[in-house]
Amino acid sequence: MAMARNKTRTFLTMLGIIIGVASVIVMLAIGQGSKKSIQSQLSSMGTNMIFVRPYSDMRDGVRMDASSMQILKMKDVNAIKNECPHVSAVSPQVSSGGQVVFGSKNWPTSMQGVSDEYLSIRKFSVKDGRIFNEKEITTSAKVCLIGQTIVENLFPNGDSPIGKIIRFNKIPFRVIGVLDEKGENSFGQDQDDIIIAPYTTVQKRIMAITWFQSIFVSAIDENSSSLAQDEMVQALRKSHNLKDSDEDDFELRSQSELINTFSSVTDMLTILLAAIASISLLVGGIGIMNIMFVSVTERTREIGLRMAIGGREIDIMSQFLIESVMISVAGGLLGVMFGFLVSFVVSTLVGWPILITSISIILSFLVCVLTGVFFGWYPARKASYLDPIEALRYE
Amino acid sequence: MNDSIIHIENLQRNFNVGSEVVRALKGVSFNVNEGEFLTIMGASGSGKTTLLNILGCLDKPTDGSYLLDNTPVSSLTKNELARLRNTKIGFVFQSFNLLARTTALENTELPLLYNSTISAKERKKRAIAALEAVGLADRMDHTPNQLSGGQQQRVAIARALVNHPVMILADEATGNLDTKTSYEIMNLFQNLNKQGTTIVFVTHEQDIASLSKRTITLRDGIIISDKKIEDQKSAAWFLENLPVNDENI
Repeated sequence: MAMARNKTRTFLTMLGIIIGVASVIVMLAIGQGSKKSIQSQLSSMGTNMIFVRPYSDMRDGVRMDASSMQILKMKDVNAIKNECPHVSAVSPQVSSGGQVVFGSKNWPTSMQGVSDEYLSIRKFSVKDGRIFNEKEITTSAKVCLIGQTIVENLFPNGDSPIGKIIRFNKIPFRVIGVLDEKGENSFGQDQDDIIIAPYTTVQKRIMAITWFQSIFVSAIDENSSSLAQDEMVQALRKSHNLKDSDEDDFELRSQSELINTFSSVTDMLTILLAAIASISLLVGGIGIMNIMFVSVTERTREIGLRMAIGGREIDIMSQFLIESVMISVAGGLLGVMFGFLVSFVVSTLVGWPILITSISIILSFLVCVLTGVFFGWYPARKASYLDPIEALRYE
Repeated sequence: MNDSIIHIENLQRNFNVGSEVVRALKGVSFNVNEGEFLTIMGASGSGKTTLLNILGCLDKPTDGSYLLDNTPVSSLTKNELARLRNTKIGFVFQSFNLLARTTALENTELPLLYNSTISAKERKKRAIAALEAVGLADRMDHTPNQLSGGQQQRVAIARALVNHPVMILADEATGNLDTKTSYEIMNLFQNLNKQGTTIVFVTHEQDIASLSKRTITLRDGIIISDKKIEDQKSAAWFLENLPVNDENI
């Protein structure tokens, strides 16, 4: 084959395809990787989570601050629990900032007053100890669970915090559990800097209030999230005795919206990256066409000879087409390998999340074979249309 | 139907050059029988090349009939012509036209690649036999740039023989070779002819023509003479009687 006889040229032609395919694979890997990592970060926050908070309302023409609205009560929590079949878990939430002290150590943090269902809604899990029980909630027991950041700051020498008494805003709490490490969320907040206590305890003993700042809800699954939201709006409007003409005095926020937004942003990013990478594949294809034209011209006499000794048009055409497809297939294979390598290097050196899907490999490989056929077609046809008499006389 | 290899009657070929019609062949008729060694002679512009192209099934006549081995060529499609060239004709060119960087054996096998009825094993066997017939059995793995001009032309002749054609069509096959090598090649052609191969040889050299059995001379698109050569000379004799110092030129 002529390709083997002209190694340098064949390799340089191939290089265009190799770089094209490799860059498509790397770009897709980066795009898909970041999408996956954002998705998994969001789902670690609980993708089916719905969040209810008061909506700032007009009182005599004055816009009220949403956090000062005292409209979310226990009856709302019960209404959601009882009237919404697509809801699997509900927890009220109040939070108070303050200083936590143990011995000579102290740390500024916030205490979340929640019910036991909060853990499943926020995808927290208990590493040591236990969650508080129904009795501790009703009796406003001074018990708490602490996150890893608190453990590190209050118990730096590795003592087990279980059973220890810590003080939050001077009120003593018994540590009954330690939460598993959860890391940062996608906005960079430390999710381990948390103390969890029964909501009744925080309401009565720390803040002296009767309302909740928000309600955390879990839909049965991600798909029923919007259904659950509709049910919750109905239940809360009824519980708040709102007339049809009144606007909602609460608002719902769900993670699925956030996920959709991020997904569409990363999808767009992926498409953009892939589009830029495809340009290099296109340039590689034009390289093939160019070199095939040179090859056809250079081998005019050979083509004439092959025709004279019995090569048909289709034979000549397939010879050149096979050559260009082989260049692109070989280039594609090397490109896939090269793409893997570069993706791996990028993920280890730069630390970007990388995800190589079989779709992206198959797709870029197919595109590159098609490139070979497409850009090889015209030179091959030109070769097959040569007049053998003219071709044999070509100097 | 008859048993002649080539049967040509009133062959005409016109070319349209701009608005003018150039009549390259103005009615040529002749027969070539099996085992003949025919040279076609003529000055440039005599229609020699046009006739050769038609004989080689690379071009079709404007008018007249051409039967090659009893196959009417004028009515064939392009692909059928290609098949005819592949199975019935062996070409030998002035400039050898071997594939560069390809061994003598692979060059010889080339025509058989376009014949799907021949297996790879058979292909190799026949290519080796053809190379042995031209005396290059020991040069099979050499590429053209490792061979002399005469050896290259021998490979080309082996390539022409490999498909067992009904005739060999040579176009100025000695044109690029020195006198001695020319006689060697002609000697090979004469030996092949003795073994029964039909040869049609286009040339403008009188002494090459004198080595054949019959000469047709063309001028302005018509045959002006068609004569048997009674005293066919032997290329081997010429080789033996070459001046000694000729080898050093």
